[in-house]
Amino acid sequence: MYRKKGKFTGEGVIPYSGEGSTVTIEGAAVCTQTGCAYTGNEAVAYAAKQCNVDVVSAYPITPQTIIVERFSEYVANGEVDTKFLAVESEHSAMSACVGASLGGARVFTSTASQGLALMHEVLYLASGLRCPIVMAVVNRALSAPINIHGDQSDMMGSRDCGWIQLFAENAQESYDLTIQAFKIAEDKGVHLPVSVNLDGFTVSHATESMKACADEDVHNFLPPRESLFKVDPTTPISVGGMALPEYYYEFKRQQEEALQLSKLFVNRVGKEYGKMTGRRYGYLRTYGLEDADAAVISLGSTCGNVRSVARTLRAKGKKVGAIKLWMYRPFPREELFSAIKDLKALAVMDRAISFGAPQGALCSDIAATLLNTGSDIKILNMIYGLGGRDIPPSTINTVFTDTLRAAKTGKVKERINYLDVRE
Amino acid sequence: MVVLKDLTKEELYAPGHRLCAGCGPSISIRMALKAARGPIAAVNATGCVEVSTTIFPYTAWRIPWIHALFENTAAVASGLEYAYDALEKRGARKGKVDIIAIGGDGGTFDIGIQALSGMLERGHDIVYLCYDNEAYMNTGIQRSGATPRGAATTTTPAGRVIPGKREWKKDFAGICAAHGISYVATASIGFFSDYMDKMKKAIEVDGPAVIHVLTPCPLGWRSNPADTIKLAKVAVQTGLFPIYEVINGKYKMSMKPGTLLPIEEYFKLQGRFSHLLKPELKDELEAIKKGAEANYKRILGLAGEPVTTQ
Amino acid sequence: MSKEKSLAEKMKLPWKKMPIAGIMFEPGSTVEYRTGEWRIEKKPAINQDKCIRCFICWIVCPDVSITRQPKPYKNYTESVEVDYYHCKGCGICAAECPVDAIEMVEESKVVP
Repeated sequence: MYRKKGKFTGEGVIPYSGEGSTVTIEGAAVCTQTGCAYTGNEAVAYAAKQCNVDVVSAYPITPQTIIVERFSEYVANGEVDTKFLAVESEHSAMSACVGASLGGARVFTSTASQGLALMHEVLYLASGLRCPIVMAVVNRALSAPINIHGDQSDMMGSRDCGWIQLFAENAQESYDLTIQAFKIAEDKGVHLPVSVNLDGFTVSHATESMKACADEDVHNFLPPRESLFKVDPTTPISVGGMALPEYYYEFKRQQEEALQLSKLFVNRVGKEYGKMTGRRYGYLRTYGLEDADAAVISLGSTCGNVRSVARTLRAKGKKVGAIKLWMYRPFPREELFSAIKDLKALAVMDRAISFGAPQGALCSDIAATLLNTGSDIKILNMIYGLGGRDIPPSTINTVFTDTLRAAKTGKVKERINYLDVRE
Repeated sequence: MVVLKDLTKEELYAPGHRLCAGCGPSISIRMALKAARGPIAAVNATGCVEVSTTIFPYTAWRIPWIHALFENTAAVASGLEYAYDALEKRGARKGKVDIIAIGGDGGTFDIGIQALSGMLERGHDIVYLCYDNEAYMNTGIQRSGATPRGAATTTTPAGRVIPGKREWKKDFAGICAAHGISYVATASIGFFSDYMDKMKKAIEVDGPAVIHVLTPCPLGWRSNPADTIKLAKVAVQTGLFPIYEVINGKYKMSMKPGTLLPIEEYFKLQGRFSHLLKPELKDELEAIKKGAEANYKRILGLAGEPVTTQ
Repeated sequence: MSKEKSLAEKMKLPWKKMPIAGIMFEPGSTVEYRTGEWRIEKKPAINQDKCIRCFICWIVCPDVSITRQPKPYKNYTESVEVDYYHCKGCGICAAECPVDAIEMVEESKVVP
């Protein structure tokens, strides 16, 4: 059983209140915010612009391309001082980011799917060398067959790379999380790379109304980068040497601890951001868990639909709830456990197949969280939305029905449910 | 012209590294750093030099140095260059830093060529130094695109049916020159004043420059460690490794051997070519001689020199 | 045998104390590593009378083990010396010396 630790329990677990997706007003916003209409990609590009990034090194791939294009426009129009490296592959994009980050610069990039897979080894390099790079990943299915639409198999395929991984539900969150990502990554207590994930097409290409902060407020929120170490003639250090078996393990253990501790900063920055904008972020957002027997947890844009269906069901008197996970890595075990421990059943929505595994990635992480706790929450795993397959409210309704049934009967019929696939 | 006694006595490269006795690449790195004109930073590909000079906690480098991965040296160096520029623009740092990207022939000709091509095309102010020991030496002497025809490596052994590598050495300088950069040069540690001169020129160029230097490897070439410099000389003198510059697209020979030495003079010093000196492989040896001569004449032609090997 | 712990031993620290990201903050720390122990048979001996201070041996040594010392000799202002702590005995210096001032002698021989 997780002991109630004063530091962790409840921290970063933000109950949903009010309409809209992310609005939790904690006092009025301190900064000036302008209403605007942006797609997820445009919102990310705009956030990166406001963050005074020193170097952007990126390569185009659907559905991330707009971020790179929009940023190129800013550069060409002299709206940013950023040095833009149009590299010749994603592998080189992340490599150039590592080089720039080690030199002491604030770095941003963006990719999706095949690009993320191509830069896979460099992701480990970035986290191993503690480079505070921020990358927007526009989640798209992995080939083969080739599919340009949204699912989360790309980030799930690289979830072990040692990066902090945040998931955005919509354009507003994409914007907000990108700004927070720089502050989290560059904090000297973290010094790790961060990926901000947004669903391909659903979030990246859909225009939504959102609020953007003023340039000044972002500048005040995010001071210029000061690095713990720099590769510079003033500090002739050697970075990336070979660690023999006598040393390697200690380095990795240290890196894992850094990633685990970084969650405190994710919450702290989420709090500060909340004070500034009125939109408080943390590890996860809960809805209806005060009295729910059954709940559905998901990542990314689907959370909106889940919450909407839950609201309809609650109006009919069903005891259901919804959970949105913002921070996927480091996995917020204690906070998630404290949020779900009183549930009878939980449906975990995975937008990727973890081939050959007992269950999907998110479901496995939750099962691991509950392990050895004596918990008897019934866990249902739903695989959905692969390759951009739509997930309509009617399907989510079925998910809730199944979960409520599991809550009542204490039985789970299927190890995995593949939603909306033609059988 | 480089005068040895006037070279700086400052050692940016320390002893105590674990490269082999008589290591050619090691000599090339030391000489390259002697050509530095000011603050310098290096990015190094995975390979002999990288691994043997930085075994935690020991580092032989007295300059800021990054090792990233095998094939991305040019990309990492590109990012580093842009970072210095960006930081200078916003007043976070001052002063020019010369960036040298170092890679072996494996990490440059083969796996690293994409990143290098991108770097050259984008025009970064970086010197790419490729130390060529003509195989993937660090992993145990496997053939690379730089391995010369006929050489025995572990993946092209001199067998009963196939006598060593069949393919010819890549025209790396030509590939780099085709990118339209202002300075490409081939060099040899056997002619070290010429090499260090070229290194100086490369550093001074405002834009990308590539130096391709021949660095014998006693272990991989199966040669006497004491012969490293001699081999580097003889390779040039037989016409097998011509040294020249390509300045703004124009080829210029750095030296023309009066009469080319016979290739046997070079082969007899190395175990990796010893099979070619056997009578049953004399056709193969002839083919190599013809190929080497043709290549040498091609370079002479490009340089506008009279095409002769006499 | 040195009683002082080598850098390699000193760095076997608990994981919390290891340097971040495996970075080596001390430049040139390999000087502590005694590659001179690699020599088995021969080592170079410089004949200061024959040496013309051309510095070819100094520049071709792969191990930075021929050093230039401000030690005047006859009408030369500098001399070259072998750093036996690091010299691996490859013999390039002896092979390249234009006046045969360097001889590869038995390891056991005492050289000034």
